[in-house]
Amino acid sequence: MTRPGSGRWGRRARSGGPRYPGWLALPALAWYAAFFLIPLGFVVAYSFAALSGYSDIVFAWNLDNYRALWDPLYGDVFRRTLGLSLFGTLTTLLIGFPFAYWIARYARRKTLVLLFVVIPFWTSFLIRTYAWLIILDPQFPLFRVVHVDLLFSRPAVYIGVAYNYLPLMVLPLYAALERIDWSLVEAAQDLGDTPLRSFRRVTFPLALPGVIAGSLLVFIPLTGEYLIPAILGGNKTSYAGSLIAQQFTEVHDWPFGSAIAVVVIAAMTIVLLVFSTWANREASSRG
Amino acid sequence: MARRLLGGFSALVFVFLYAPILVVVVYAFNGGRETLVWDGFSTKWFSAALHDSAVTDAFRNSILIAAGNAVIACVLGTMLALALPKMWKPVRIPLEALVTMTLVTPEIVFGISALIFFTEAGITLGLKTVLIAHVVFNASVVALVVRARFVGMAQDLEEASFDLGAGPLSTFRQVTLPRLAPAVLAGGLLAFTFSFDDFYTSFFVTGAGTSTLPLYIFSSLRFGVTPVVNATAAMILALTLASVGLAYVVLRRAGMSDTGTSA
Repeated sequence: MTRPGSGRWGRRARSGGPRYPGWLALPALAWYAAFFLIPLGFVVAYSFAALSGYSDIVFAWNLDNYRALWDPLYGDVFRRTLGLSLFGTLTTLLIGFPFAYWIARYARRKTLVLLFVVIPFWTSFLIRTYAWLIILDPQFPLFRVVHVDLLFSRPAVYIGVAYNYLPLMVLPLYAALERIDWSLVEAAQDLGDTPLRSFRRVTFPLALPGVIAGSLLVFIPLTGEYLIPAILGGNKTSYAGSLIAQQFTEVHDWPFGSAIAVVVIAAMTIVLLVFSTWANREASSRG
Repeated sequence: MARRLLGGFSALVFVFLYAPILVVVVYAFNGGRETLVWDGFSTKWFSAALHDSAVTDAFRNSILIAAGNAVIACVLGTMLALALPKMWKPVRIPLEALVTMTLVTPEIVFGISALIFFTEAGITLGLKTVLIAHVVFNASVVALVVRARFVGMAQDLEEASFDLGAGPLSTFRQVTLPRLAPAVLAGGLLAFTFSFDDFYTSFFVTGAGTSTLPLYIFSSLRFGVTPVVNATAAMILALTLASVGLAYVVLRRAGMSDTGTSA
């Protein structure tokens, strides 16, 4: 049986040739517009609206919701959220980097090892989070020996975050480290660089795109994290995500919840812009 | 020396990654009524879960949504993946950015936006709204997987087919799909998994009275971890693993039998 597609010439970039028509993108585009872009527009519009009575919405087009957010109470919430996101990014980077480095440089059967990194990422986020309810329980065999009760505390939330987000950091790090030509590193060391110096001058710059991609993949979703604090934090400490969910499920103040969401999106966009500008400059300065 | 240290460290990371998952599975086989007091090996909580209508209803809902979502996401995502690579750049770049956006927007923001939209549009919340919302990010997942393969694939046959006057539909059916099928299938399995495991979006748009498995587990956790919850979670893990494993095998086999072009 002959297989189609055995041509060896296919990698050439061709721009003028016949192609699949662009309208094929329309159904997906329509779906995105109707169920993603327009809904996001509604969130922005709601953030300028006001609650009337129990759950009616009046489009007042004023900044009252944002003014209400300008309160030390909510300042604390945003600071805690920023702290959680930074903690998650740094911790997964510190654990993930040596791990990805080992896979990229030393591991045998890389595809298989990588599959075992990806499997936890694909298993239910919810189950991976509540697993820590069992492990951190003072009744868990480990804690019957060491008497520490971390359940429903901030450390429990931090552990859950580091655990759940680790694969998101490792994958892009690996993708960057995997492309490194290790003979460059060896050459630098042969020419007298200490391992630390060759790491700083050769390995790290080459790994930087992975560090940036991984940091964004961890940092951005963390700004809206709700599930981990809800399950492991016992709702005692409030984060931006918890606050949004509360407005929509308990308090029923959708306009205020939307305003918080807009602040989260705005912060996220700023981080993205700063990061990508910095990354572009970094990339161009290194040629 | 550095190599040994790194190897040891990585082994610890693997323990860290897998221990919690193993703990859930192990305690699902605990015969006792108290989750953390081991009382012999038993599969009775699995049968208890399978006889609990709250679990089976949620399970049926989850399967229906995930399967419907996978089918629609495959159609939309594949069409998008075919159109994108040779699109005019000023259109392609924003469209690609949009695809990325659907995947990186914090899910809670997406969940509430969908809730507001469905409410404003007068669409009753239920299985249908969960399905519609899930398709948004899963179409992007399929598009990325299919596109990666389509771009790496030789396009001579497509060009020949178009040159000979075949339309997009017959070219797709006779020339592209046979080679692209593994990627579409893998993308569909991933879409199934992501939908089946989704919590955030479903949390906001299911409405009262309907539930999915993750929502069932979440609401049960209010009363603590019970053996039934553990057994349900173990079954979800098994299903997810089967679906991801299948996607991996499909992609890998296709990657090896097609000359040099890896997915």
